[in-house]
Amino acid sequence: MADHTLSSPERLSTLDRAVQRVLGQPIDRTDGPAKVSGDARYSFEIEADNALYGHILTAGIGAGRIDAIDADAARAAPGVVAVLVDDPRLPADAVNSFDKLKSWRLGHDIRFFGQAIGVVVAETQEAARAAARLVDIRYAPQQGRFTPDLSHPDEIEPEGLRPPVKTGDFDAIFAGATFRYDQSYSTPIHFPAAMEPQATLARWEDDELILHSSLQSTGGATKAVGRALDIDPQKVRVIAPFVGGGFGGKTSVGAEAIYAAIAAKHTGRPVKIVQTRRQVAALAHHRAPTRQRVRIATDADGHIRAFGHHAVIAQRDNRSFVEPVHIGTTHLYAGDARLMTVDLARADHPTSGAVRSPGEACGTLAVEVAMDEAAEALGLDPIEFRRRNEPKVSPANGKPFGTRKLIECYEEGARRFGWDQRSAKPASRREGDWWIGHGMAAAIRSNITVEARATVTLEADGSAHIETDMTDIGTGTYTILMQVVAEALGLSPDRVRVSIGDSSLPRSAGSGGSFGASSASSAAALACQEIAGKLAAKLDAEAKDLTLQDGHATARNRRVPLTELLGGEAISAKGHAKPGKHTDAHVSASYGAHFAEVAVNAFTGEVRVRRMTGIFDIGRVLNEKTARSQIVGGIVWGIGSVLHEDGVIDPHSGQFVNPDFGEYHIPTHADSPPIEVHFIEEVDNLANEAGAKGVGELGNSGAGAAVANAIYNACGIRVHDFPITLDKLLSALPEQD
Amino acid sequence: MKTFDYSRADSPEAAVQGGAVGNTRFIAGGTNLLDLMKLQIETPERIVDISRLDLNEVEEGEDGGLRIGAMVPNADLAANPLVTARYPVLSRALLAGASGQLRNKASTGGNFLQRTRCYYFYDTAVPCNKREPGSGCPAKDGFNRIHAILGTSDDCIASHPSDMAVAMRALDAVLVTLKPDGDRRRISIHDLYRLPGDTPQIETVLEAGELITHVELPPPPVGKQSYRKVRDRASYAFALVSVAAIVAVDDGRITNASLAFGGIGPMPWREDAVEKALIGQVPGDAAFNAAADILLADAKGFGSNDFKIPLARRTLIAVLRELTGDAA
Repeated sequence: MADHTLSSPERLSTLDRAVQRVLGQPIDRTDGPAKVSGDARYSFEIEADNALYGHILTAGIGAGRIDAIDADAARAAPGVVAVLVDDPRLPADAVNSFDKLKSWRLGHDIRFFGQAIGVVVAETQEAARAAARLVDIRYAPQQGRFTPDLSHPDEIEPEGLRPPVKTGDFDAIFAGATFRYDQSYSTPIHFPAAMEPQATLARWEDDELILHSSLQSTGGATKAVGRALDIDPQKVRVIAPFVGGGFGGKTSVGAEAIYAAIAAKHTGRPVKIVQTRRQVAALAHHRAPTRQRVRIATDADGHIRAFGHHAVIAQRDNRSFVEPVHIGTTHLYAGDARLMTVDLARADHPTSGAVRSPGEACGTLAVEVAMDEAAEALGLDPIEFRRRNEPKVSPANGKPFGTRKLIECYEEGARRFGWDQRSAKPASRREGDWWIGHGMAAAIRSNITVEARATVTLEADGSAHIETDMTDIGTGTYTILMQVVAEALGLSPDRVRVSIGDSSLPRSAGSGGSFGASSASSAAALACQEIAGKLAAKLDAEAKDLTLQDGHATARNRRVPLTELLGGEAISAKGHAKPGKHTDAHVSASYGAHFAEVAVNAFTGEVRVRRMTGIFDIGRVLNEKTARSQIVGGIVWGIGSVLHEDGVIDPHSGQFVNPDFGEYHIPTHADSPPIEVHFIEEVDNLANEAGAKGVGELGNSGAGAAVANAIYNACGIRVHDFPITLDKLLSALPEQD
Repeated sequence: MKTFDYSRADSPEAAVQGGAVGNTRFIAGGTNLLDLMKLQIETPERIVDISRLDLNEVEEGEDGGLRIGAMVPNADLAANPLVTARYPVLSRALLAGASGQLRNKASTGGNFLQRTRCYYFYDTAVPCNKREPGSGCPAKDGFNRIHAILGTSDDCIASHPSDMAVAMRALDAVLVTLKPDGDRRRISIHDLYRLPGDTPQIETVLEAGELITHVELPPPPVGKQSYRKVRDRASYAFALVSVAAIVAVDDGRITNASLAFGGIGPMPWREDAVEKALIGQVPGDAAFNAAADILLADAKGFGSNDFKIPLARRTLIAVLRELTGDAA
């Protein structure tokens, strides 16, 4: 097996030596035709003989206890096979491999509105849903903590994904600085809002459980399922070849998967459950609401001396995820004194968790607006202010950066966007009823390499097959793995078959944290490297002297077709990528710069984003088209987070007020302007074997702040409580002529 | 979804016969009703499918008006050359509503009868006087961003979601109906809707089984027309405030004004006094503000919808400026 722990970055990787020239090409997604024609089958569409349908029962109060459940009428309803409410394993919401069992095994305690409490199983989906309304639940309600006070956290600096950053004497340096900026911000609840709701088909084959489930990881999910059901994870198989979006919400295993498994065991038949759109809001996790305080102190020339970023987030009892609000801020700007912490307030809300760009999405919204405000107060152009504060090494720990082309992103973006046309004075450009403004912001997303395995087989016919339990959640995994293998083995892409989305395949990182593509690609490249070594041996050559191109191996002045060289025997190799000491020795991140032009209606305060330009440093570009699509999607998310998205909880009942796409507003096409995206490519061999850095969550980082800054430039109004809806602008709009 | 009986009517007469029986609903496009049935907010025992009735024509009346079949899809009505030429306010209102797919399915008759989008109406786990009379109204002291500021009652503050009906109200539309007893009647849109009072579950004057067969528009009023919809995103959101306006200016003075409002009331809102205040005036912010004062004299916010009061004023002024621009 080809192991690789990032310890020899000076060594040229397999992909650097390759000459097939397919990696990075903007190849159409190979799964595209199946998806748009309906041939791709999603979890709920998988056929199963004799399947039953379940509908999850949910709580109609936000806090308290269930006194009694009378399900007699439901059990007697047409088509109903079972009503399950007593199995202690029935989870309150999604399950995972890291929280305590008691966090979701709540029994008859109700800790949030919409909590799962049972399941009706029937011959049809409609019968199950209709019968669910017949279940009579008697509650003993309590006053819940529905509007947590984020000014008064319950837990100070709880352990989370990112430790606090505390360097230098922040208080003293801040207090003594020439220029001080100090501002509070708030961000609301965000839903992952995947198009495909959580859905599962569960069936048992003897004591083995097979789940067709819409999840971001397959192998990783088996552990959570095993824990939730008190069974051996080795007896769980998770299959997910197609996933209709995840955005973090499918990193945990949906409650419906566990309900379906229990119901299938109980009835002896396969069971399908899909969460309704309104159920997803409470049963999948959301991005926590935050209150943030940003403090920036500089000298007279605008050099940052102290940078503070403090956040308070909300989480329900016993859930351990802490939104890592300062994750992007940690390494972004200079300033020897740093104080970056996250505190937590407990709330009787559904679970908060990792939603696309955890930390950066909400953190950069505040920090990149703060940078804009500070630059203006200092009389500096926002790009110049950032340039003056570009660190040479990490200001948090003194470690060197991997590739970091942030300054180049600013410069290229400014040139392409026409930043020099911007008026620094707000409310100075008017077109008809609209104020026009321009803004920019930096993007940063931590790059993480996660352990991943892949098996690559070079078949006797000269084609290749890669197997890994990765998922493709709409991101392009099928296509980029095809390209990596084709590049490394010198094959035409159509000679590479990709098998993913099944936990019985070699374990990968799954999709999440922007680590899926780079980690899986690293494992694939390592497997290919081992195959190349064996091919070289067949030519009595060193691997470094072997060239693989167009199905031929060339070494020592011999060019041999692979089919001939293989001599009828396939070569199989396992690749195993994992983080090593370089992971700790460097600070690795993806970077970018966003530029936005907006229009603000002078009468109504409506905001329209007119165009955006983004320049990004993501290391090696594996597929220019899928990478671009990831970035564009992320930018649209940024637009949603700054203008629209707001998951509202009723202060009295604790219910989500707007748990559907009618009233939880994500950007429509009409809200999404022309978006220009360019990459400044530099292979980052410090990052991982593939030289690629994460891209899936980068576009979302900073995009909203660029829009917020453009809104200020358009009409002179700063809004610190997101989203910037028109009511927050209305009263402060400049007077009409 | 609760099980129901389904029948397809092959004539309006057959439809109303079926529609008069017990808990029956007509279904045309189903763009609202099916959603409500899935959530069991509507639980009809019988569905009479009227979607194939021969009510698909848009005809020119002898008086220069229009007679629109109740089954004409919103998309078709919006694109009809007679509508775009003479009633652009209606075309624009239709296109401001929903999405392309929904407009292809939604019918003219059904659009008038959309139910409110009140968040609490949509959640059967919580009280709602409109859904379960007497159970209470959590919207009043809850989240009420999209709710009404005019015409509300202690029992209900829901707003009417239609765009089309707002334009229809500015155009003095008349609904032609067929009743189960075979009678036809003509109902002015000004008489169609009821204020919530203490019976918010009763939204119109239509009787059980009464079917809208046509909508008649009088000849287009004199003046320029506009439909301005303000919402929380650029498309596919219900109006926070909308204004359907037809305004004529002659010799420097406003000679005709027809103004209807969406998003601010439990029905498409129109008030004669607002228009009277404008007629005879020189176009300008003074006159526009005076009209807005009248419109909003009784406006009442409930917290998260307070902003609709200034927003309605500002939107009205923007529309009046637009329509009187050359003359102002």
